[in-house]
Amino acid sequence: MKPATLADLPAGARGTLAELRLPEDDAARLMALGFIPGTQIVMRRAAPGGDPVVYQVDGTEIAIRRETARCLILEESA
Amino acid sequence: MTATLGPAAPPLSPPPPQPLVVALVGPPNSGKTTLFNRLTGLRQKVANYPGVTVEQRHGRIPMTGDRPVELVDLPGTYTLDPRTDDERIATDVLTGRMPGQVTPDAVLLVLDATHLARHLTLAAPVLALGLPTLVVLNLADDLQRRGGTVDTAALADQLGTPVTLASAVTGEGIETIQRFLTGRFGVPKHIALPVLQNLPACRAWATQLTDASAYRSPAAPIWTRRLDAVFLHPMAGPILFLAVVIGVFQVMFSVAAPLSDGLELLITGAGARLGAWLPVGFGRDLLLDGVLAGVGSVLIFLPQILVLFVLIGVLEDSGYLARAALIADRTMARVGLQGKSFIPLLSAHACAVPAVMAARTIENQRDRLATILIAPFMTCAARLPVYTLIIAAFLPNTPIVGGLIGLRAVTLLGLYLLGFLAALGTARLLKSTILRSDRVPFMLELPPYRWPTFRALGFRLIDRSRAFLTRVGTVILAVSLGLWLLGHLPRVNGETPALRESVAGTVGRAIEPAIAPLGFDWRIGIGLVTSLAAREVIVGTLGTIHGIEGGEESPGLQEALRQNLTPGGAAALLVFFAFAMQCVSTIAVVRRETGGWRLPALQFGYMLALAWVTAFAANHLVTALIAR
Repeated sequence: MKPATLADLPAGARGTLAELRLPEDDAARLMALGFIPGTQIVMRRAAPGGDPVVYQVDGTEIAIRRETARCLILEESA
Repeated sequence: MTATLGPAAPPLSPPPPQPLVVALVGPPNSGKTTLFNRLTGLRQKVANYPGVTVEQRHGRIPMTGDRPVELVDLPGTYTLDPRTDDERIATDVLTGRMPGQVTPDAVLLVLDATHLARHLTLAAPVLALGLPTLVVLNLADDLQRRGGTVDTAALADQLGTPVTLASAVTGEGIETIQRFLTGRFGVPKHIALPVLQNLPACRAWATQLTDASAYRSPAAPIWTRRLDAVFLHPMAGPILFLAVVIGVFQVMFSVAAPLSDGLELLITGAGARLGAWLPVGFGRDLLLDGVLAGVGSVLIFLPQILVLFVLIGVLEDSGYLARAALIADRTMARVGLQGKSFIPLLSAHACAVPAVMAARTIENQRDRLATILIAPFMTCAARLPVYTLIIAAFLPNTPIVGGLIGLRAVTLLGLYLLGFLAALGTARLLKSTILRSDRVPFMLELPPYRWPTFRALGFRLIDRSRAFLTRVGTVILAVSLGLWLLGHLPRVNGETPALRESVAGTVGRAIEPAIAPLGFDWRIGIGLVTSLAAREVIVGTLGTIHGIEGGEESPGLQEALRQNLTPGGAAALLVFFAFAMQCVSTIAVVRRETGGWRLPALQFGYMLALAWVTAFAANHLVTALIAR
C-alpha cells in the first residue's frame, strides 16, 4: 500500500509529517516555512477548484499545490 | 499617528561623521518594510544589487545621537542558507561579502511576535554572526489583542541580547529601537547555538526559547477564518474574485479618467499661456510641442497609475491579494504560470511599466521572466485612444444582442480579449521552450486579514510613484524630445520642414514597402515611428499630417483616416497595436528589470513579428470579406 501523503487529508483532518520526498532545495524551502518532519499539519481547505490546498502548519496558513503535497509523506497513524 | 512623513531639519555643521550601518533582517511578512518606513520616513534610496534584480533599500534615520545611522533593509529571508538570490544577498551583506557595502555595525532582527517560535529559528544564524543585535518582536499589537504574551526579559536573557516588543503600525516600541540605534552597541553574550545547517534542530531550539520565556501564542485569528470561509468558498470565492477585478477596472476608468482629462486640460492651458508669452521660433516649438507635450504624455497616465497603486495597495495590505493569487493559481498553472503572476498582469491593464516592476514579488525567476515578457500584451491605457479613433472612424455603432451592447463596444472588448489570449499563448510557448520551469514548488503564505492603514498606503503611493516617474518620466521625456526633433529636422531655408520631408517622414516612407502588405501607407508609417514614445502619440501625429487639430474624437481626423486607410488596413492597424511593443518605456524598464538587452530585444522582435503576421492576415481577411 502506498503511504498516506498530505494530499490525502480531507478538510479539517490532521497528520504528522514524516518525510519530504523532494529535491533538497525544495525540501529546505518548505522546511523553512514550517514543514519539518514531526510537525502536526492540519488541512484547512482547498482553494476553489480543488487546487492549491491551504494547510495550517506551525501557526501559519500556507498554500501549496497538490503535486507538492503528494510528496509530503505522513507518519502512519496507529 | 504622531510621527510625520516630512524630512527632519538638516543636520548642522560640522560635517557629519561616517554613519553607522545597521541591517534590518527578518522573514517575509514580519512587517520589516513597515518598520523600515516608520524608522526612516521618506529619507530612502532604492537601487538594485549588482547583477541581480533584488531591491536594495537604504534609509537615513533622523539624527538624535552623535552619529547618523544608515539603515539597510535586507530582502525577507527565513534562513541564512543561501539558496535564492534574496537569501544570498542577505547573507553576503551580513558577512561583509557584498561589494560596495561595508559590514553592518549592528543588526535589527525583526520577527513576527504572533509566529514567534517559527520566526525565532532565524535568530540562530543571525546571532552566530556575533554582531550587536536587537531582536524586535513586531506586530505586538496583534499579539496582545489576540491574548498572546511573552516575557521579553526572559527571552533577552536566553538570547544574550536585548529584545523588545514593537509595532511598526502603531508606533509602540519605536523609541526603544531608536535608543538602541543611538546608544553604544554591545556584542551579544555567547550562547549555545544549534548546528545552523540543521533546520529541524534550529526549530527545536526556537521552541525551547519560547517555552523558557513564557510565550503564549495568540488565539487563532477567528476573523481570518470567517473571511476565508467566504473569500475561498468554492462558489462565492471565484464570484467575489471576479467582482474585485471588475471593481478595480471600474474605479480605474471612472475615477481616474476624469482626473486625466482634467490634467490634460491643465497642460494644454499652460501650453497656450506659455505660447502666447514666448517669442515665436524653433525654441518655442521645442519647449511647447517637444518638452511640454512630452511631460504631458507622462502626466496624463499618472492618475490612472496612482489609482491602480492605491487599489492594489489596499488589496495587498488587507491580505486579500494573497487569496486572489491562490484563486488565480489554478488557471495560471494551465499556461505554466502561477498565482503570483496575477497581480502584475492585472496592473498591466493600466500600464506595462508598473506591471513589469510588480513582477518582483514572484520569487521563481523563470515565472517572473515569463510574466514580464507577456505583460505588454495586456491592453494598456495608451492603446485606448488609438482603438477609439480607429473604431469610431470605421465602425457604425450598430446595436447587437438585442440592443444590449453596441458593435463598437464589442470590438473594444474583443481587442482586450485578443491581448489577453496572446499573453496566455505566449506564456505557454515560453514555459515549454526557453523558460521551461525549474519546478520550484508553489508556496504561498496566507497572512491574517487586517485593516490597511493610511500611513502605509501613503508610503506605498509615494514610493511607487517616485519609482514610476523617475524610471519612465525620464525615458518618455527623452524619447518624445528626440522624436519631436526628428519630425522637425532637417530645417529647410531656416524653416521647419513638412512632416513628409523630415527625418521621421523619411523613415516613414522608407518603411512603406515593409508595411504596404498590411494596408498602411507612409502616413501610418510615420505614426508607427512616433508612437514608439507612447502608443497614443500616433493620434497626434496623424492629426499633424492631415493638418487637423483635435484628438481621437475629432470627426475631421476620422474622415481623413477613412480617405487613406481601407477597412482592411484599419483592422490591421488595430491588430498591430494590440500586439506590437510600441513603447520605449516598457523596453527600458524590461532591460532594467532583466539586467540586459537580450530579453527586451527578443520580446520586441517577437511582438513585432506577431503583430506583422496577424495584421497581414487581418488586412487580407477583412478585404476579402468586404469584396464578397
